Amino acid sequence: MSRLAARFAALKKQGRAAFVPFITAGDPDMDTSFAILEKLPAAGADVIELGIPFSDPMADGPAVQASSVRALKAGASLPKVLEMVRKFRKADGITPIVLMGYYNSIHAFGTARFVHDAAAVGVDGLIVVDLPIEEDEVLRVPALAQGVDLIRFVTPTTDDARLKCIVADASGYLYYVSVAGVTGTKSVPEEEVRAAIARVRAATGLPCTVGFGIRSPEQAAAIARIADGVVVGSAIVGKVADNLSAGKDKIVAEVLELARSLAGSTHAARHGKVDA
Amino acid sequence: MNLIPNSLRSGPDASGHFGAYGGRFVAETLMPLVLSLEEAYEAAKRDPAFQAELSGLLEHYAGRESPLYFAERLTEHLGGAKIYLKREDLNHTGAHKINNCLGQILLARRMGKTRIIAETGAGSHGVATATVAARFGLPCTIYMGEVDMERQKPNVFRMRLLGAEVKGVTSGSRTLKDATNEALRDWVANVHDTFYIIGSVVGPHPYPAMVRDFQTVIGNETRAQTLDREGRLPDLVVACVGGGSNAIGMFHPFLDDAGVEIHGVEAAGDGVDTPRHAATISKGTPGVLHGSRSYLLQDQDGQIIEAHSISAGLDYPGTGPEHSWLKDMGRARYFAITDQEALDAFVLLSKLEGIIPALESAHAVAHVMKVAPQMKKDELVAICLSGRGDKDIFSVAERLGDKL
Repeated sequence: MSRLAARFAALKKQGRAAFVPFITAGDPDMDTSFAILEKLPAAGADVIELGIPFSDPMADGPAVQASSVRALKAGASLPKVLEMVRKFRKADGITPIVLMGYYNSIHAFGTARFVHDAAAVGVDGLIVVDLPIEEDEVLRVPALAQGVDLIRFVTPTTDDARLKCIVADASGYLYYVSVAGVTGTKSVPEEEVRAAIARVRAATGLPCTVGFGIRSPEQAAAIARIADGVVVGSAIVGKVADNLSAGKDKIVAEVLELARSLAGSTHAARHGKVDA
Repeated sequence: MNLIPNSLRSGPDASGHFGAYGGRFVAETLMPLVLSLEEAYEAAKRDPAFQAELSGLLEHYAGRESPLYFAERLTEHLGGAKIYLKREDLNHTGAHKINNCLGQILLARRMGKTRIIAETGAGSHGVATATVAARFGLPCTIYMGEVDMERQKPNVFRMRLLGAEVKGVTSGSRTLKDATNEALRDWVANVHDTFYIIGSVVGPHPYPAMVRDFQTVIGNETRAQTLDREGRLPDLVVACVGGGSNAIGMFHPFLDDAGVEIHGVEAAGDGVDTPRHAATISKGTPGVLHGSRSYLLQDQDGQIIEAHSISAGLDYPGTGPEHSWLKDMGRARYFAITDQEALDAFVLLSKLEGIIPALESAHAVAHVMKVAPQMKKDELVAICLSGRGDKDIFSVAERLGDKL
């Protein structure tokens, strides 16, 4: 069983939703970023989305764009992101890591070589924002052959016919984009998400996480009652931005504190004990 | 699909690919809209009422057909091939951009969209979009990099006068690439009511094919006008290439005419061997940006490199997928012209023919200044003079050391 399948199965048994933090690899520098990454599981992360910085992140709002800029300025690159995962895996063999980014980074690295290297360092899944189902075969098939899941999106604009095509070749889990828009700019509409998740559940047995627009522990708890996972990105990278001048220790502490609080409310949500 | 056996004009395939280029590399949220746009466009293409409305607007509103002008003094000066200028600069709004904007706004209305957005570099596409939005009474937001707003102030004013909201973009290089990112972000957040009028043959399928189709009026007219005037086709057609819409519009009707040589001219900025240029096809490598696979200026890690050109309209690190394919096929050849060469051509055409070309178009003229003298006097060259240079006088004056 893959690390992702094992993690979602275990969470299901415990009756909990997954807390899925997103950080941009190399933000604000490789050293600080790794210090955050290695401590995220202890802060309550069930799955970690690790962003591959890209110069032109078209689907991202200002917070994630800025984190990409900081990472690239500090010299981040795809080989360094893979190296970061390799280092993480030395100490943690169970927390799934999903790389998230744009296709040009992988294209430039070479798709076959990337899939091989990603599997070798212990990457479990890939989320490629600009690779819709019409274009994803070129990455999805070789990735799956190496045991790496390509995570597909479902969005508010996905109708039932398209949903069927999306889940047909999906693996790992599904990522429901809670709002039509870029990351971190609108608030998650709880009722619409509830209806969408019901549709997804009717179409597939795969777990479904929800992201885009979840910032607070309250919102995380609300989504945790509906979905199998809660993704928080912009609010977390925002903590990096807020503490830039305070230095590495403060950045790491602030990010982990927010992660603990979001994880706490995500994990407690279905048991009626919501921390706020 | 327009399947012509053994033709170079039948692309893209059903999934929007020109060979290895093109495609639909957009966020899942946009995909349903991109698919419905394709469906709506295919239906419109076959609808005589749509075509009739478009031709009527092209004739009476945009002022088509545009003249094919024999540049007698330029021909004499260069002493080689006979040079014709396809006068897209005489269109309403001063460039070829209006051809595409009229087509797309009719499609927007057909699809029931009530809000228009666009990106712009030099401002020509922004002005053309603001113009058609005014003509049809639709609210319009134009994204423009702050660097471009500074070097194209008159166009910013024009857009505002036409009722458009011009939003300055401060991310990245603050030029066309970043304006495109921002327009895509707006689109994904407003898919329900917004139509994105892309200004060039870039973006996800069907845009590269659709924008090309709306621009082939340039090449179709040039082809007929040359046959009419000279009784034969030109030996060489030339156009400048940024995203490449005027070029593909000029080239496409000639692709199957084996005797017609095709030259695209990119911006070499300070020179293609310096870091400051926009010669994507000449010096770039294939990659994926803004919805399609094409040649790009990028580093080893796939990060997009900022392009540089004196001409804001060519200052783009990508290019159209069909140009990328034509380059690999060898059917079209691509060259690069420096800022200085373009400026020299800008001045020369102004003085010899009384025509002030857009800096973009001046790149095509500069290339012809190099090749025409090597050609025979009975050979024919047709240049797409894609726009007029009024918008450029401030930046040219600055480069020439004149204070306006």
